[in-house]
Amino acid sequence: MAKRKTPGLNTGAMSDISFLLLTFFLLTSSINTEQGIPRRLPPPKADDQKEVKADINRRNVLNVLVNFRDEISVNGDVIMVSELKDKAKEFFANPTNDPSLPEKQSKSIDGIGDFAVSKGVVSLTNDQGTSYNMYVQVQNELQRAVNELRDETALQYFGKKFSALDSSAQRAVTAAIPMSISEAPPIDYSGSK
Amino acid sequence: MSRFKKAGSKETPELNMGSMSDIIFMFLFFFMVITTMREATLKVRFNPPQATEIQKLEKKSLVANIYVGAPISKNENTLPPGEVSVQLNDQTIKSEELVADVRDFIGTEKESRDAQDRDRLTFSLKVDKDVQMRYVNTIKQELRKNNALKINYAAGKRGN
Repeated sequence: MAKRKTPGLNTGAMSDISFLLLTFFLLTSSINTEQGIPRRLPPPKADDQKEVKADINRRNVLNVLVNFRDEISVNGDVIMVSELKDKAKEFFANPTNDPSLPEKQSKSIDGIGDFAVSKGVVSLTNDQGTSYNMYVQVQNELQRAVNELRDETALQYFGKKFSALDSSAQRAVTAAIPMSISEAPPIDYSGSK
Repeated sequence: MSRFKKAGSKETPELNMGSMSDIIFMFLFFFMVITTMREATLKVRFNPPQATEIQKLEKKSLVANIYVGAPISKNENTLPPGEVSVQLNDQTIKSEELVADVRDFIGTEKESRDAQDRDRLTFSLKVDKDVQMRYVNTIKQELRKNNALKINYAAGKRGN
């Protein structure tokens, strides 16, 4: 038998098929944008348990109120969103041990040693008519205050930013700067608008 | 010069299409890797608020989405006063069934995961930024009652 050259295959249709697949996947999929501000809700209260007003010293609470006109008040003063971060930071850090700012309790934390942990709690109350955008902005500013404090603490004790630390050091810094936000049940001033 | 000319009519040589499909396949795999399948068609307008302190969610398979926003078409169920719809899975829900439907949704989402993953299941609240907190509060209360404590407020990245 004579040696015959195999004829060249026509692969033009192959690219058509793959184009079809490509368009299909392009249309049915979306580039992932799963990002946001993670939060943990408090565990549900048992039925027999009544809502106990926790006996917290007044200096340990930062009352943040957001009304239906998206105005923010912190411990009675009306402020802008941009001021909230510094207020919260000052509240959590209390660098001068001001008696009107939260108490601190010395705790020994692995990897850091004794650290004066703030007892401060942010009490966040929003109105039913508050816009979701403002709510997220407030959460964001509070998170920013805590993140900045954590970065400062991490730089002081570990010489690195918080995000660059390994997980055990991150746990230590998190224990030193806890994020305590307590959300009060929403109020309804705006009526049934 | 005619002696250099080849005899016969000239034909354009056939193009080799083999590598073309390789390139397309490469595109295909690239898109398959960086994207996820869209589970539900959006029936509400969802324009997330912008924030700076956002984090990426770790595992996409452990995220359940709750959409709240203005309805895109007029035929969708809305909550009073008729400007907001809540979408679970593929449909918007009726106002009188809001609490029950959210509870069922949490239940089915939890059941579809393995036992050890149930506590890591995150409910992502994809809420339009113009929505009032009213229904978000209702949903959050329902999540808390049903022990679905890991939540996420979906937000876009804002540069400083």
